[in-house]
Amino acid sequence: MPALLPDANTLIARLADAIAPTLTPNTFIVGIHTGGVWVAERLHALLRCTQPLGTLDISFYRDDFSRIGLHPQVKPSNLPVDLEGRDILLVDDVLHSGRTVRAAMNELFDYGRPASIRLAVLVDRGGHELPIRPDFAGHTLTVPSNQNINLSQLDDGHLTLTLA
Amino acid sequence: MNPQLNPDGSLRHLLTLDGLPRTILTHILDTAESFMDVGEREVKKVPLLRGKSIFNLFFEPSTRTRTTFEIAAKRLSADVVNLNIATSSQTKGEAILDTVDNLAAMHADMFIVRHAQSGAAHFIARNVAPHISVINAGDGRHSHPTQGLLDMFTIRRFKGEFHNLTVAIVGDVLHSRVARSQIHALTTLGVPEVRVIAPKTLLPTGVEQMGVKVYHDLEAGLHGCDVVITLRLQSERMKGALLPSAQEYFKFFGLTPAKLALAKPDAIVMHPGPMNRGVEIDSEVADGPQSVILPQVTYGIAVRMAVMAILAGGTTA
Repeated sequence: MPALLPDANTLIARLADAIAPTLTPNTFIVGIHTGGVWVAERLHALLRCTQPLGTLDISFYRDDFSRIGLHPQVKPSNLPVDLEGRDILLVDDVLHSGRTVRAAMNELFDYGRPASIRLAVLVDRGGHELPIRPDFAGHTLTVPSNQNINLSQLDDGHLTLTLA
Repeated sequence: MNPQLNPDGSLRHLLTLDGLPRTILTHILDTAESFMDVGEREVKKVPLLRGKSIFNLFFEPSTRTRTTFEIAAKRLSADVVNLNIATSSQTKGEAILDTVDNLAAMHADMFIVRHAQSGAAHFIARNVAPHISVINAGDGRHSHPTQGLLDMFTIRRFKGEFHNLTVAIVGDVLHSRVARSQIHALTTLGVPEVRVIAPKTLLPTGVEQMGVKVYHDLEAGLHGCDVVITLRLQSERMKGALLPSAQEYFKFFGLTPAKLALAKPDAIVMHPGPMNRGVEIDSEVADGPQSVILPQVTYGIAVRMAVMAILAGGTTA
């Protein structure tokens, strides 16, 4: 039975509302490939952020590289501004173990020393394995470890969450 | 069975480009593309190969190849040991294996091998423990796969596609492991016309069977080319009188601005280095606007990072 998941766009709007009061001209939004970039693009537009959008592919920083090897489609990370002293809003679609976020923070620090990093996720599904918690979560629920929440983008650009 | 592939078809060693499928070549080029920005960062490193030990085994001298392999390994956070092993003509297989076994006992994870004898890297690859990968950094006249790959990467960066190109390889094909690797890669990647341009004495017999068009006249061969690859005249490998003199060679096969003008106006000029200025290439061309010889060196780092990352990620089953 497919569980009822909230509409992704509603969650993004909710996230944007929560983030808006904390935004400064120094905030730089960075999405993690692939789902995090989709969410970050929409937040970036909703928040009318004047800074360019950053994207991060954490393939080179994964802690399971020696077991599973390199992801076949690594996309280049694109951080168009100097990170030194920035307030970074890191965006991902689903927070699970926290390992992706750890890898992303390691990568960010190889580009410079930001003043702060905050984490925004569409869904916090529990199952954390590291002391990493979101500053902003569109939705929080507990999903059994044998199930996954996936964000996918349809051809018309619509985002949808599925549980499998 | 291809000795450089795992049973599942993934890359186990990189020994030659001969017989490697297009999917693997493209995967390496795509991965290299994603490593391109690492050199531009504040911290020019990614942690992929942290804790891995890579040994540069150079039985034959090299500056550029050894250095770019070393930089590539260091940017992946590996520990690199460089061994320049002066080799005597008596060096036989046993001696090489003794060296390799000793290094394996020091917990090596990867060997990068340059050797004057064709087949040396294959020989080492056949005799290493299952967790060790071998990269051929040039063996005799046989193969230099990472050079071939970085040349393909350079062509793709400047020309975008392979399927509409005419590529000419000019010069000492006979002694060139680089030319063999380039020809294999170009044909695998779907370049419709690969030409070799050289005097008869500098072409291996049966070169036509590699799928190339043979020209003995530089002007005729350059006409309409998108990419011109000049090869170093390898005088140190020359036995007997293959050529009257270097001056004579330059007169007929040296790439001058006037000759380059016969290729397409946007043709790029490549050279694997080291160059003999005034022998196979005129300085005006080597330093000219169509030359991409220095970008080749830069791209070589990203390509070697890609090969090392793919090998290291695939071997720990």
